[in-house]
Amino acid sequence: MKAAIPEALEALRNSTPARIGLGRSGPRPRTADRLAFLGDHAAARDAVHTQAPSDFPDRIKARARLRTMAGADRTLYLLRPEMGRRMHPEDVERLRDVVSPSPQVLVAVGDGLSSEAVSIQVPRLLPALLDNLRLEGFTQVAGPVWIVGARVGVLDHLGEILKPEVGILLVGERPGLATAQSLSAYMGWMPGPGKTDADRNVVSNIHDQGMPALEAAAVIASWAAAMARQRRSGVTFRPEG
Amino acid sequence: MAKANELKSGDTLAGLGASSAQERVAARMLLSEVELSVFGENPAVPYESDEVTRTILDGLDRKVWDEVKSLAVGALRERLLESDGNEILRIGKGLPSEAIAAVAKLCSNLDLAVLSRRIPVDVRCRTRLGGMGVLSSRLQPNHPTDDPAGILASLRDGLSYACGDAVVGVNPADDTVGAVRRTMDTLTEYVHEVLGVPTQTCVLAHVTTQMEAIKAGSKADLLFQSLAGTEAGCKSFGISAAMLAEARAMQRELRADLGPQVMYFETGQGSEHSADAHHGIDQLVLESRCYGLARAFDPFLVNTVVGFIGPEYLADARQVARAGLEDHFMGKVHGLPMGVDVCYTNHMDVDQNDLESLAIQLASAGCTFFMGVPLGDDVMLNYQSTSFHDVAALRELLGRTPAPEFTAWMVREGVLDDHGHLTGHAGDPTWLDSRRRAA
Repeated sequence: MKAAIPEALEALRNSTPARIGLGRSGPRPRTADRLAFLGDHAAARDAVHTQAPSDFPDRIKARARLRTMAGADRTLYLLRPEMGRRMHPEDVERLRDVVSPSPQVLVAVGDGLSSEAVSIQVPRLLPALLDNLRLEGFTQVAGPVWIVGARVGVLDHLGEILKPEVGILLVGERPGLATAQSLSAYMGWMPGPGKTDADRNVVSNIHDQGMPALEAAAVIASWAAAMARQRRSGVTFRPEG
Repeated sequence: MAKANELKSGDTLAGLGASSAQERVAARMLLSEVELSVFGENPAVPYESDEVTRTILDGLDRKVWDEVKSLAVGALRERLLESDGNEILRIGKGLPSEAIAAVAKLCSNLDLAVLSRRIPVDVRCRTRLGGMGVLSSRLQPNHPTDDPAGILASLRDGLSYACGDAVVGVNPADDTVGAVRRTMDTLTEYVHEVLGVPTQTCVLAHVTTQMEAIKAGSKADLLFQSLAGTEAGCKSFGISAAMLAEARAMQRELRADLGPQVMYFETGQGSEHSADAHHGIDQLVLESRCYGLARAFDPFLVNTVVGFIGPEYLADARQVARAGLEDHFMGKVHGLPMGVDVCYTNHMDVDQNDLESLAIQLASAGCTFFMGVPLGDDVMLNYQSTSFHDVAALRELLGRTPAPEFTAWMVREGVLDDHGHLTGHAGDPTWLDSRRRAA
């Protein structure tokens, strides 16, 4: 194909993260573009199937290393969503041993669909989150607990077991091709049985090109305080300030 | 009925699938002897309690139904295989969605493909779509913040590969009326006023949001909505049959220049299960019921999104491919202008080769349209679909062209040559604008 006008092409490419203006080899992409795409997909796939490093729970000073019914079996985790929403029976007891019931805030960290996101973002975010929660006036913050094989709904089982006023789950998002390092914080007031997605709020896209970890820590802590004041979360919750 | 399905993780998850390979075949043998009338008398969800059931059964061609209802499912498979495309369409008008699903369960992948290929499509909105030598595409220029310049950049790139003859359709990141109006206005101005492309525009917000945007003065050629195969599933999408009828009537009244077809629907196996609205029915039957609902509103485009829902419903490439061929077949037998969003997410066991292989299978099977996404990487929805390059390569592979009015325009613009092949300007997203500046 004939060459485009370079400045006009550059302006188009700068207006979107989409893979445009790449040209073609016959009807197919050029070699370098094809390989870059494959590389990004491979990174996303690996992020889904990679376990967090074994020293990760120590790095975040986790109070306990726990697992859901799905645990470290990624196939089970992917195919049986309900198993990622329930704690393993043995770990229910361990959880009760290390965390006193009815804290003001419970902080849990789960691998979700990207342990890479968790192992990169959580060490940056967590110390700031704990500081911010103290600044917001919380004195009883339980955790963090580390959960392998976690889906968002496990927050409600944790709520059933520990009865926190506010539950926070930091969890790795489904990787896109652009980044596998995106973390979400799912939050709920009085999480427990019978709660649904409509009862939770989420701070999403926590990564270097999205919301930076330190900023996210402040937002999560202020939402936790607002949930405690408003005594609600989910679709009727309104962040303050 | 559910046990007769090919293995799908969603059926297993719901406890509906066969427990062994032998049980699966035994279920099919039983199903092959079931008389079609059973599906009329025992719909998947009762007539009294489900408006999707009512829409399907009330819309049947009773004369055809009376003619075929004493056939067994196995005999119907053979009858269809012995029929030409127009006859399959005629029979399809008399079949409840459950019967169409049942025959899909008895078909192999090549059965599904060869039957689908015979069935003609002929619909018109602003332009005409269909024809045996035509392979169309939806241009999907999504942007993570709906930025008009970013949307137009991907749109220009797609047009330069002769993509977009079915529709230029944007999924909005922000589903509010203001944001949807901005995107509608951006598309109307550039596609229709600046370039004059013979195609349709659409912004894939909730149907009520689109209606509000149009009442406020914006324009879109097609009104979009995702469908579910049960009333409870539709409720979880915030829609009803009355709402769809109202949307269609509004667009038909406001836009005498368009049509008769003005609606665009998307479906996909597993959505009713995901919304806990499945009534213990398998995902294939519920998907077929989406098409039964769709046909009551005479759509211009319908596509299944096969591979987006996640591995708990379609686990791997084999299951996705099967679902894609089934959905395309069931939609076509319902008489719908059926396209497929062949796609995958990064947490399923599917890769780019799997996507391309299924696109080849579906294109051979006469799939009406595919998505066109820049290099297949949708930066708003975070999944991979077919690319502008894929559409161009599928057309070359199977000797197909875009829809006739769009092809003629592309030849005038110098993007396609007289044989419908890409010219030296194809793939240059600056070409159409620079040509206008030069003039």
